[in-house]
Amino acid sequence: MFDFSVVTGWIDNFLTGTCGMAPWLTTTIECVLVAVCLLLMYTVLAMFYIMYERWVCAWFQCRRGPLRVGPWGLFQIFADVIKMLIKEVITLWGTDKFLHKLAPYFVVVASMLVFACLPWGKGLQAIDFNVGIFFMMAASSLGVVGILLAGWSSNSKYTLIGAMRSGAQMISYELSIGLAMLTIVCLAGTMSVTGLVEAQSDTWFIFKGHVPAFIAFVIYVIAATAETNRGPFDLPEAEHELTAGYHTEYSGIHFGFFYLAEYLNLFIVSGIAALLFLGGWQPLHVIGWDGFNAAMDYIPSSLWFLGKAIFVSFIIIWFKWSFPRVRIDQMLALEWRYLMPIGLVNLVVMAVLVSYNLYFGN
Amino acid sequence: MATIQEQISNLCPAAQFDTDGEFLLVKVPDAQWHALAVALKGELGFDYLTALVGVDWKDELGCMYYLTNSTTQEIIHVRVATADREQPRLHTVSDIWAVANYQEREVYDFFGIEFINHPDMRRFFLRNDWVGHPLRKDYDASPELNPLRLDDEVNEDDTYTLVEDEQGNVTRVDKKVFDDDEYVINVGPQHPSTHGVMRYRASIEGELVKKVDVVSGYIHRGIEKMCEDLTYPQTLLYTERMDYMSAHINRHCLCLCIEKALGLEVPHRAELIRMMMDELMRLSSHLLSYGCLTMDQGATTAFFYGFRERELIYDIFDKTCGARMSMSYMTIGGVVADVHPDFVADVRHACDKIEKGLKEYHKLFTGNVIAVNRMTGVGILKQDDALSYAITGPSGRASGVHCDVRKTHPYSLYNEVDFDEILEQGGDSMSRYMVRMREMEESIKILRQCCDMLEAEEGNEYIAPKVPKIIKLPAGHWYQQVEASRGAFGVYLESDGEGKPFQKPYRLHFQSPCFNLVGIVDLTCKDNLIADLITITASIDYVIPDIDR
Repeated sequence: MFDFSVVTGWIDNFLTGTCGMAPWLTTTIECVLVAVCLLLMYTVLAMFYIMYERWVCAWFQCRRGPLRVGPWGLFQIFADVIKMLIKEVITLWGTDKFLHKLAPYFVVVASMLVFACLPWGKGLQAIDFNVGIFFMMAASSLGVVGILLAGWSSNSKYTLIGAMRSGAQMISYELSIGLAMLTIVCLAGTMSVTGLVEAQSDTWFIFKGHVPAFIAFVIYVIAATAETNRGPFDLPEAEHELTAGYHTEYSGIHFGFFYLAEYLNLFIVSGIAALLFLGGWQPLHVIGWDGFNAAMDYIPSSLWFLGKAIFVSFIIIWFKWSFPRVRIDQMLALEWRYLMPIGLVNLVVMAVLVSYNLYFGN
Repeated sequence: MATIQEQISNLCPAAQFDTDGEFLLVKVPDAQWHALAVALKGELGFDYLTALVGVDWKDELGCMYYLTNSTTQEIIHVRVATADREQPRLHTVSDIWAVANYQEREVYDFFGIEFINHPDMRRFFLRNDWVGHPLRKDYDASPELNPLRLDDEVNEDDTYTLVEDEQGNVTRVDKKVFDDDEYVINVGPQHPSTHGVMRYRASIEGELVKKVDVVSGYIHRGIEKMCEDLTYPQTLLYTERMDYMSAHINRHCLCLCIEKALGLEVPHRAELIRMMMDELMRLSSHLLSYGCLTMDQGATTAFFYGFRERELIYDIFDKTCGARMSMSYMTIGGVVADVHPDFVADVRHACDKIEKGLKEYHKLFTGNVIAVNRMTGVGILKQDDALSYAITGPSGRASGVHCDVRKTHPYSLYNEVDFDEILEQGGDSMSRYMVRMREMEESIKILRQCCDMLEAEEGNEYIAPKVPKIIKLPAGHWYQQVEASRGAFGVYLESDGEGKPFQKPYRLHFQSPCFNLVGIVDLTCKDNLIADLITITASIDYVIPDIDR
């Protein structure tokens, strides 16, 4: 399997060796390069996801989806982006102007921070440190601050209700996400992103940890849907109740940031699901099937990762377009009465499994 | 058995009677009216206030109350009037029939009659700074008096009650709708789930709704006022602009009322075509209602499924009537043109498709655990409340009220077809939803029978041969009701027998079902969550132009 560290190593060598730059300068240049690549990736993925959801949703709804602008409606998204960029950013009377402008950046920066930590392929990772998955969780929690600020600073009753709902919802469901992650960390014995992926080289965790890992996967997907404010948990923006929830009063690119972050968060939670349960960029390996495993290795690692993330996203999109929205009390009851207790018990089961070596693989 | 007339004259010796019209007319002086109303409901069982029509008789201002006994389905009407045009006052009956609350506010708005002891005497449709009362015959319509106002209404929280003490002295007590410390949010007039330009002001505590104030009139077009300046065939046009999801049915009702006044016989086949159109309309309306209910709860895909099947019905309308909405198909004496040659085949095809679609809807939405939890036990309307608020149609039947006009006062050819009246007992949003789903099956049943009947009558006439070119009605008043998609739709038509060469209605009132439906929003939403407010309003399924007229 192609190791991307060859490419990154070559660039590093080129800068320090061939050009003879000082170490601080190399680091700076490399940081800028990585940032540019990630931002590009961020934009491209957001555009892809917007189209992806439109197509999937059209398919569910017996419609044809976008098809007028360009072949298969491919240029629709460019038209949308340009529209969003040139629209006026309206400042409303009575808003807290500083916080109102700050809020979308909080949301978008939080999602970029997590995005940067994802393992894109073999040797293709911006940063790797021993508490990687823990950092991802911490960074993603920043987003809720942005949402609360947006709702609070807009000086509107609808946005405030949306923000309150969002606070209650995201903080509750973060517990379940944390417990599901902890279950896998318990199985892997590491929090490092690379460590997690490497540990799945023979079998993915969802197979390795069988029953508790599968339960953790289900809990994770439900909680992640809630965490990204998507249907059936889209209460903070509940279109039919609160018009647009916390971002009712935003326009132009500031609204665009919320929109962008929402789609990217869908990718991010799917990416984390792929990392924790479906082997990250590891190909599908079955113990003992050596020929099959070798064939699977020919598929590039980045494709594996993206494919898995898009598959998990499909499930989450499927939820949104099938289910009605839950009510606030039902949503909290689901978390505190069912998901969290099940998650806790599941963690204990996993700990027992790990202590007695009851999982598959070695 | 003592007739109703005798019983009433025992209760109120001052009452005068008129038995010439279609229903017994009782004329009561205002002073005795409230006491008689209590007795009419309590002793004679007239528990359903079918219509309350304000009329300006020039020498007198007053109201016509159409009352129905919900057990025997007998109808009487009571005329209460006052000769005082400067400060006309009548006694309220809103404490007896809750539906009178909004109805009397409408009368106050248009005729300026104040109701003594009414809890909340505000205008219902017009702005509170409107000058004059438009439906009075002496109304000054000059635009200088009521220019287009671009500023907000001031003091929209102000209301008052006329309190009468033991000696009969009436004093005005000013009140506020909401206290200063209440957290009031506006739901509408621009809101995704109000199904049009409706505005609620909801006082909330956290996520709990404490009180809902209905602010109506954003698309009020004054249809009743306009009709007073049109000939009878012209008035037909406006019926389709009220509840556009019952366009055929509303028009049918006005046609029936005018035909009744003319004494015109409609050919059997014409009536059959009308009835089929009515049932297609009902199907289309219930499909839309399914779509909107699911949509309002966030299930957007289910919405599209409802629309997919509804398209078939629109195609049928398009082929026969030449339009998808506002079909203008029925006319006095029959229908304007014969049906399209494919009509029967298309209806059969649509019936099969919708039947299949219904199964799919149940699979996708009805059984879904989130949908069940969100609708069961939410927004319960008890049977006696439903009667008191005069809730008819699917919402009334969901509370167990036997109110299907097709069964209680059969019109058209509903006697000749076999179908069931769907009743549920729960009174919650789920029951209201289920009544509609099951009614669609009944409509399909009716349509299939009609298809056979229509084939047997191939070639018969579709309009009465001798419809007068100029419609002239004798002096008198008539009331006709039909079962529209959302409940009993009634037309009150009064003619003075004058007018040359073209006669115009003296008073035309449309008793729309949605006007009553909006009356229960506060009752059912109280102490429920904001999300439930949306579910409940979607499940009672009103159409705004029908409220505002």
